[in-house]
This record gives sequence, structure tokens and C-alpha cells, in this order.
Amino acid sequence: MGDKLLEIDNLTVHYEVNNVVVEAVTGLSLDIDNGETIGLVGETGAGKTTTALAVLGLIPDPPGRVVGGEIRFEGQNLLGKSSRQMRSIRGSAISMVFQDPMTSLNPVIPVGDQIMEVILLHEKMSKAQAAVKAQQMLELVGIPANRYPEYPHQFSGGMKQRVMIACALACNPRLLIADEPTTALDVTIQAQVLELMGNLKREFDTAMLLITHDLGVVADICEKVAVMYAGTIVERGTVRNVYRFPRHPYTRGLFKSLPHLDVDTDRLTPIPGSMPDPSNLPPGCPFFPRCTFHTAECEAGRPGLVEVSPGHVVACFNIPEAPVEL
Amino acid sequence: MGTVGKAPLDTQQATAGRARRRARKQSMVAEVWRKLKKNTWAVGSLIILCLLLILATFAPWLTPYDYRVQDYDSVLLPPGKGHIFGTDNFGRDIFSRVVYGSRYTVLIGFGCVTIAAFLGVVFGLISAYFPKLDNIIMRSMDLIIGMPTMSLLMLLIAVMGISITNLVIALCVTTIPGFARVTRAQALTIKHQEFIEAAVAMGASDARILLKHILPNSWAPIIVQYTLGAGQVVLSAASLSFIGMGIQAPTPEWGLMVSQGRVYLRSHWHMAIIPGLAIVLLTFVLNYLGDGLRDALDPRLNK
Repeated sequence: MGDKLLEIDNLTVHYEVNNVVVEAVTGLSLDIDNGETIGLVGETGAGKTTTALAVLGLIPDPPGRVVGGEIRFEGQNLLGKSSRQMRSIRGSAISMVFQDPMTSLNPVIPVGDQIMEVILLHEKMSKAQAAVKAQQMLELVGIPANRYPEYPHQFSGGMKQRVMIACALACNPRLLIADEPTTALDVTIQAQVLELMGNLKREFDTAMLLITHDLGVVADICEKVAVMYAGTIVERGTVRNVYRFPRHPYTRGLFKSLPHLDVDTDRLTPIPGSMPDPSNLPPGCPFFPRCTFHTAECEAGRPGLVEVSPGHVVACFNIPEAPVEL
Repeated sequence: MGTVGKAPLDTQQATAGRARRRARKQSMVAEVWRKLKKNTWAVGSLIILCLLLILATFAPWLTPYDYRVQDYDSVLLPPGKGHIFGTDNFGRDIFSRVVYGSRYTVLIGFGCVTIAAFLGVVFGLISAYFPKLDNIIMRSMDLIIGMPTMSLLMLLIAVMGISITNLVIALCVTTIPGFARVTRAQALTIKHQEFIEAAVAMGASDARILLKHILPNSWAPIIVQYTLGAGQVVLSAASLSFIGMGIQAPTPEWGLMVSQGRVYLRSHWHMAIIPGLAIVLLTFVLNYLGDGLRDALDPRLNK
């Protein structure tokens, strides 16, 4: 366990469209230690990407606004930084890999130059030195350096994602945010890209926030996992703890809804109902309308995070007493 | 910096990198040229345009007669031996006048469009990227577009007075909105693509995003607008000269020559038709070249 790299404290982000307030992230707290990999899982619209954008200071304003909370990176509050200071942090200290590699690269600039551009932005180097380093980065992600002058359309999806990873890691960031980096790729390429990210992360000693809705991916490469629901974290802990002994009713529902390899199922077991409208969250626990365990307490107030075992926290009033293995 | 940073960047490597980058720059031009070459119409247009430019540049050496000299022994001669395009009502050689005229036409055409393109692209990029300025800029552009081009040109020149400078200014004013609109529309679609977001996430500044990411992706429509605009400006300049609000006699401007030949159209067609054909040819060539360039500059159309 290293020291804290990123501390998100009670973050609240609202989007305001036509006087309707959409509460995308509500009171989210999350810590990332140096060099650790944490998976952020949740359904579409749970606020995963908004959280990531908030860390980078990229919430589109208008309509978005960080209403409250603090984001501290190496002890400094990112929300208080000027746009110029944020620019120098983006890409060098914190960088991001986006979901769709097909559209994340500029189609009219050769891929090598795009990596070089990031290096030139953040490091004092001559163009020639940066070009050499860009070639090294290409090699590092498994692309021959002689493909430096080629354009994005000459690459496959998996290779483009490798280029994006090279861009993101070119300045040796301390935190890499990967927003569903493998969603747009097919399964075999997914495995390759994930393995590559895992290896590079270790090599560069970079912490990683992996945003995904694929529980399998998290199990593969993350040490910790945070489950998001309706803009807040409902359960957080090591992958081992959360996967073996999920305590929050939502997390349990998620795991129950997965098909099992050894059981012949005709129908999956979904969680009844759907996510609440973020512009009209229910009072109290956002999950109570779908929760089979809910009590009057759940409707009245929002549960805080309670530690059930070291490092494993759950936001629920009715945590099952004993950990039940699923 | 992991393994990468520790590796020393010795000069040998740096030289190799530089050489590779130089090779790439050359290969990009070569690539565009290779694709342009396959387009017969574009190549033909380019050749004709080059010929016109050569004619304009070396006019004094390429013309058989002085374009100013009046020869009352050979007035209104039809095209033929001696005067291949014939002579006008003052006995001046039409070929020499058309060749000299290309100087004005080319200069006004390209000069106006280049200035207008620069300003229009700047306006377009700004209004696409900074929503607060969008309304101010684009509504003033609408104001210009809202008026019939010819009336606006005449109005501007009537207010400012007849001179070549004022002609260029007036033509620029009417050409800018086209560039601003095309650039803005293109920049708006590019702005919302993921690679722009990715560039922001990598720490790029506004200026960098505009100039390195949005502008290079907007070239195709701008180039088309450039060549179309050049054609239009050539025509407008000729029209203004035709109605007497552009370049004044005795300057051998094509539109003016058409205007002067108009009186003799029934008896001596060549006086108006030949400079007219020159206008048509230049406009036509510019349009075809624009289409060819657009296709060649797009790295995605890689055939």
C-alpha cells in the first residue's frame, strides 16, 4: 500500500439543462493509491465517465458544473487550479484513454506525430528527440517503429487503441484513466490490450482507474473495485472481497444476474426495475425502489459508507450480518 | 520514465529520426501528387492554369504586339494570320490584350480569394470554437449574404469610389462569408469528435486544437470553396468591369473587353467572345482543379 495519489472527496456534479438539474454524481468519495489499479464499474449513466472527466477538469461547462466536493491529486486540490495549470497536468501527470479508438485519433495526422505532439507539449525536447521517443513508445506498445508515418485509417482498432495507450503513457503519467478502453474491441483483441495495459502499468509504475461495465475485465487486472450506482459508490473493496462476498444488495444483484458456466440457465436473473432518472432521484438511498431488503430507514436518508471488513466499505443500512459467499 | 526515459537519446538516433521525418514530409507531397495525377481533368486544369500563369508572368516576351498600340490600318480584323485573335475597333491586337489582361484577372482573382479565405477561415474557426462570439460573427456574415452580391458590390464601390483597391476590398467583403460558413460548419462537426476530446485530455491548448486538429481536418471544403470562390471573383470582377464599375479603359481587363466588344457583337463577334472564352476557361479550370485537390488531399480516399 503506497500513499494516496488521488483522493476524491464528496464530489457532486450536476448538469443543468432547461432548468432541470441532472445529478450525475452525488457525494462520491474514492481514493487511489500510487501504482494501484482500481476498477470503477456500474451501469450506463451511473456517472462513471463524469467522475473521470471531473478529475481531468473536463466537465463540459455549460451544462455541467462541479457543485461540491474536492479532488486532491498528490495533496493539491485540482478543482482550484487555473485552466493553464490543468492543461499542464492533463497528459503528463494524469492522462486518459478513451472508449472508441476509431475516433480518438486525428485522421489527418500520422500516428507517430500524434504521440510526438503529446511529448512536445509536456517535455522540453527537440522535435527530433521527441520523434525518437515516439518511435520507442510505438515499439513499446507492440507496433513496429517503421509505421510511424502511417495514418490512423491504416491501423486496425486494436492497434489504434495501442497508439492511444502510447500517447497516454508517453509522458509517464502517475495516473491513467481508462474509460472503457476495450468496449469497442473484439474479445481476443480486448485480452491483448488489457494485458498490454497491465504490463505497461507495472513497468511505468502508474496508477490506473479503469472504467468499465465488464466485471470480468475488472477481475482480470484490477486490485480494487468500486461499484457505482446512480452517481455514487455503493460498495468498494479489494476485488477478492467484493467478488467473493458482495454485501450491497445492488452488487449482489449484479453478480446474481451473471450466467454461470456450470449451471444450465434459460433465463438470467436481472435486478427488477431500472436505474432512477438522475434528474429525479428518489429521496434516501437511490437503490431502495429496486431493493428487496428496503426498510423505512432507506426511504428517509441516504446511507453512508460503512466498513464491513478492512478496506471493504458498503453504503447500505441493512448489510447482511455475516458475509455470504455467492 | 520506465525503460524509455533511461535510454539515452544519442545524436545518432536523433539524426535518424530527423531523416525519417524529412522523408515523411516529402512523401506526403508525393502522395497528394500521386493521387492528383490519376485525375485527368485536374491534371489538365493544372496544366492550363500553369500556362495562364506563365502567360501572365512573361506577357511582354510572349505577345507579338504592344497591347496599347492602336493601328487604324487594321481595325476590327477577324482572327487569322498576323493577328491570331483579330483586332479591336482601335486596331489593337486582341491576343496581346488577352494575355496582358490575364495579369489583372489572375491577380484580382487569387488576391481577393486569398485574403478572403484567410479572414473567412479565421472568423469561421472562432465562431465555431467560441460560442459567445458565434452570433456576432455569423449574423454579420448573414447580413452580407442576405444582399444580392452584385448590388452589394455596386453599393460598396459607389460608396468607396472606383479604383482597383476598392474593387479588391469589395470583392473580399462579398467572398468572406462563404469561407466563414464553410469553415464554421466543418469545425463544428470536428469539434465534437472524440479525438478533439482526447487532445484536450492530453493537455493541448485552445490554439493548438484549433490550428493542429480542427483546421487540418477542415481543409477539404475550404479548398473547394477557394477554387469556387476564385472562379466567382473572376466572374464578378469581369461583371463589374463590364458595367463600368471595375477596372477602367484602356486597361486590357477581360470583362471590360467583353463590354467594349458588346457593341460590335453582331458584326465582329470575336471582340467580345474571345475574352469571354478566356473568363470561362479560367473559371472552369479553377473548379476542376479544386475538385481534384479535394480528393487528393483526403488521406482517407486512398486509392
